[in-house]
Amino acid sequence: MRQIHEFRVDSVCYLDDQGAPLGDLPPQAKDTDRLLAAYRNMVLTRTFDAKTIALQRTGKCGTYPSVLGHEVTGTAIGQSMARSDVFVPYYRDQATHILRGVSLTELLLYWGGDERGSAWKHCPEDLPIAVPIATQSCHAVGVAAAMRIRGESRAVVCCIGDGGTSKGDFSESNNLAGAWHLPVVFMVINNQWAISTPRSIQTGADTIAQKAIGAGLPGHIVDGNDFFAVTEALDNALERARAGKGGAVIEALTYRLGDHTTADDATRYRSSDDLRQAWEKDGVKRLQNYLHRAGFWSAERETSLQADCRRIVDQAVEDYLATEAEPPTAMMDYLFETLPEALKSQRERIADKYRGGAL
Amino acid sequence: MSRLDSRDVTLVEAVNMALEWEMAHDESVVVLGEDIATNGGVFRATAGLKDRFGFKRVMDTPLAENLIAGTAIGMATQGLKPVAEFQFMGFIYAGMEQIISHAARMRNRTRGRLHCPLVYRAPFGGGIHAPEHHSESTEALFTHIPGLRVVIPSSPQRAYGQLLAAIRNPDPVIFLEPKRIYRAVTQSVENNGEAIPLDTCFTLREGSDVTLISWGASIMETLEAADVLAEQGISAEVIDVCTISPLDRETLLCSVTKTGRAVIVHEACRNGGVGAEIAASIAEGAWLELKAPVARVTGYDTVMPYYRNEQAYLPQVDDILEAAKRVIAL
Repeated sequence: MRQIHEFRVDSVCYLDDQGAPLGDLPPQAKDTDRLLAAYRNMVLTRTFDAKTIALQRTGKCGTYPSVLGHEVTGTAIGQSMARSDVFVPYYRDQATHILRGVSLTELLLYWGGDERGSAWKHCPEDLPIAVPIATQSCHAVGVAAAMRIRGESRAVVCCIGDGGTSKGDFSESNNLAGAWHLPVVFMVINNQWAISTPRSIQTGADTIAQKAIGAGLPGHIVDGNDFFAVTEALDNALERARAGKGGAVIEALTYRLGDHTTADDATRYRSSDDLRQAWEKDGVKRLQNYLHRAGFWSAERETSLQADCRRIVDQAVEDYLATEAEPPTAMMDYLFETLPEALKSQRERIADKYRGGAL
Repeated sequence: MSRLDSRDVTLVEAVNMALEWEMAHDESVVVLGEDIATNGGVFRATAGLKDRFGFKRVMDTPLAENLIAGTAIGMATQGLKPVAEFQFMGFIYAGMEQIISHAARMRNRTRGRLHCPLVYRAPFGGGIHAPEHHSESTEALFTHIPGLRVVIPSSPQRAYGQLLAAIRNPDPVIFLEPKRIYRAVTQSVENNGEAIPLDTCFTLREGSDVTLISWGASIMETLEAADVLAEQGISAEVIDVCTISPLDRETLLCSVTKTGRAVIVHEACRNGGVGAEIAASIAEGAWLELKAPVARVTGYDTVMPYYRNEQAYLPQVDDILEAAKRVIAL
């Protein structure tokens, strides 16, 4: 018997759970400005998350998916991407959206039931939040194909959860990215849970990253709570993609520290012990510890940052709550570029019925 | 070389002419699908395009319809104008989530920030002795989805002009090609890049006693029925609905207001078919002028039979004549 193919999936981690280096750090660790900006974004994201959950609990926001446990991966993606790259999200990417230029008010509008929450003024090419599982991965290869057709040195980052990798969309898109050498990096945020379904039930494969191999893409695993590991893997994959050397799959291992959404109660299906252990690996605290050790951080700076983030979030909430709903006729105004003749009477009916404004 | 001549072409050749014209005149137009590049498509609709425009714009995809639907969306958000071919309508279902949840909604859900100027082409309908899953007419599935246009040309001239219009349209268009008449007739088509408007019905024949309303391949039997009726002294107006969504109710209502009678003919199942929407619209908009209830001549509410029995399923000229005489007798 002759072996005709063998594969490997590497796994990278630079910091231990307490933020102490396990060995030499990648060059990105020397970029203090980048580290401080990253930590700031993680704290801002977490502050926004807590506030939005509170808004939902008090009836001021709709169902909302907590981003707890995704701050490190999301921030690393936002930092590694160039402005000219295109982000194709799923629905737990708040940390990345913030760095791409989506305003907190826009995010609140989206989860608060207002389509203008996806009209993103500052990242016009990024795809909107994708709720239908894994569907965005097909769009990502389409965007990447457009870049390749035009011969551009740009790349796409597509986010997906561990549950999403079970859908054909993910496999089909990986397959096309491999076949057409597309500049797309699939970032699998493996937070171990698809609502109540654990990672072990999603696939019999040892890792999700190895699914990339079958599609002709390299697959990497990183500790998703290790900012250095995620950043290095993304920087490398994006550089390779922009240089025309094809795509990659990066599986970032983390843990969904919150409920699936505000409509979920995770205590029904997972133990408090598991959750406690996951908190011990929290990547935000880990980076903070690293910054302290390296002499870049202090209790005073932390207090000041927390206050800044609260102020920014409070302002966004104020703007969101002060934003009036669109007139009901807006439901007809963006369906087509020009409203077809056949639909005009329906729009008029809405206008007549709600002349005084929305209900 | 563009063929700036006027020549006799079949419906499928007209599709090919329109694709070639638009690709030659708009660099953002790309085509993708299964077997469409080197092979030129199983019906030859994309023949010659790869040789002229290259693999970068004429792309053979892996065999995955969901991927084709979604990839076209990603391309469209980047400003390309993809024309994606589904080899047969029976295989489009794998792409339904992409079409319904994304292509049809992208403009609305981003408040116009992104949109999908794309065309999904698919041959549809029965009557060519095809294998299982190759003969369905499920166009009504798409008419229920806000944000989609559903266009069905029924002649070479309309195929040419309406495909150009569909590609130039800034929103997604489902372009269903009646494959039974892909090569049934030839018609002189001027290859001049002139589009024919969407969102409008076409009155193919004027008449005063009854309005026969149809689309797709059934237009052939409908026109034939109108000829027979004329020989019998009955004047039938024939309307090709063409864009079945959004529906040009005005043209339909004007005609029925004039004739007072309507027979709707379609190959698809009756239950929930587009004929039901048209009949309801006539009842709502022209009931005072109606001299008889609206009649429907349709396929049966069953699975499309394999080809030995497909003619028994498809509406025949006699079925249309019988329905027309029934409404006229009232």
